[in-house]
Amino acid sequence: MAEQKPEFWRWHEYTWRDEGKNWKDYEMITAGVDIGSVSSKAAVMVDGELYSYSLYRTGSSSPDSAHKAMQGCLEGTGMTIDDIKFIVGTGYGRVNVPFAHKTVTEIACHARGANSMNAGVRTILDMGGQDCKAILCDERGKVQQFLMNDKCAAGTGRGMEVVSDLLSVPIGDIGPLSLGVNREPPPVSSTCVVFAKTEAVGLLREGFDVAEVLAAYCAAMAHRVVTLIQRVGVQKEFAITGGISKNSGVVKRIEKELGVEAVEIAPDAQLAGAIGAANFAKDLLAKQMARAGG
Amino acid sequence: MLANYGYSDGSGTYYITLDTDKCNGCGDCVTACPQQMFLVEPDDYDDDKVVIKEAMRKDVKYLCAPCKPTAGPRELPCEATCAPGAIVHSW
Repeated sequence: MAEQKPEFWRWHEYTWRDEGKNWKDYEMITAGVDIGSVSSKAAVMVDGELYSYSLYRTGSSSPDSAHKAMQGCLEGTGMTIDDIKFIVGTGYGRVNVPFAHKTVTEIACHARGANSMNAGVRTILDMGGQDCKAILCDERGKVQQFLMNDKCAAGTGRGMEVVSDLLSVPIGDIGPLSLGVNREPPPVSSTCVVFAKTEAVGLLREGFDVAEVLAAYCAAMAHRVVTLIQRVGVQKEFAITGGISKNSGVVKRIEKELGVEAVEIAPDAQLAGAIGAANFAKDLLAKQMARAGG
Repeated sequence: MLANYGYSDGSGTYYITLDTDKCNGCGDCVTACPQQMFLVEPDDYDDDKVVIKEAMRKDVKYLCAPCKPTAGPRELPCEATCAPGAIVHSW
């Protein structure tokens, strides 16, 4: 059998839990599950504070991915899914979260999530697995305007995975490598990932090295989303969410082209959708409890 | 909220912008559009607002083409029927 090729596109899956908290001490336990096209995220909140979260790869079945992400949050806590009072599903696969009490669009969740992680955030660029959204929100995280591009894979995480595989560069190394170049080839096609791949191969043949081709691809991706975000306009603070926010090669180039620096949103910008969904769940639970009480 | 439905591709920029602050959820556009592209449904904040049907968002350039002749009048049924003026096309 042929030797198995390393999976360069594979990124880090992980879970996190706040060991200092005992969920039994809290009343309002809510969760958000964000099933993206590439990654599945879940976040559990206790009285509006983050308790645990998980990040996994989305499989071929959205319900299975939703269960896996949720289990990642619950593992080792003794909590079961029935202990969570309200669950909001979001993301591309939101209709396939079997245990969700309600679904909310990922646009509203990313705005809410990014704004809850950094209260100053007004402009959000969500660079996801298969689409890219520019969102403006108000001081409470409510969406004021949005614009999305999901017609093609250029400017998305999936496109970046394709390029990492093509050039045999681990996906986490793309950013730093692309920033270390002395010269940049002309940006590759910014409208189509298949053309971009073809052009990347062409650049290699012309004598550009791998880092330079990565630079060209990152520049193309940055340019593509900058045109998107310029349509809605940038208001401070500006934050990037979604998987591509971890690629410094793209982030730095977007900042340079826009002339605005992106703020850090802790703990993890890729979780903005799930955290926003958990926030929505908290509000909806409060509403439900008020209704039951009154 | 300004909801921009559509896309920009190699041939141009095609967005239908729906201003949900102006939209009163009356549904006049739903019947006015010859392609039945509009739908009134509860939004994320539980208000009834108009959206472009999900399956049609990637085809607005083509779906809107019959209402957009290259010459002659371009009064669009959707824009004309919307009393609060919540519908705007980018092209």
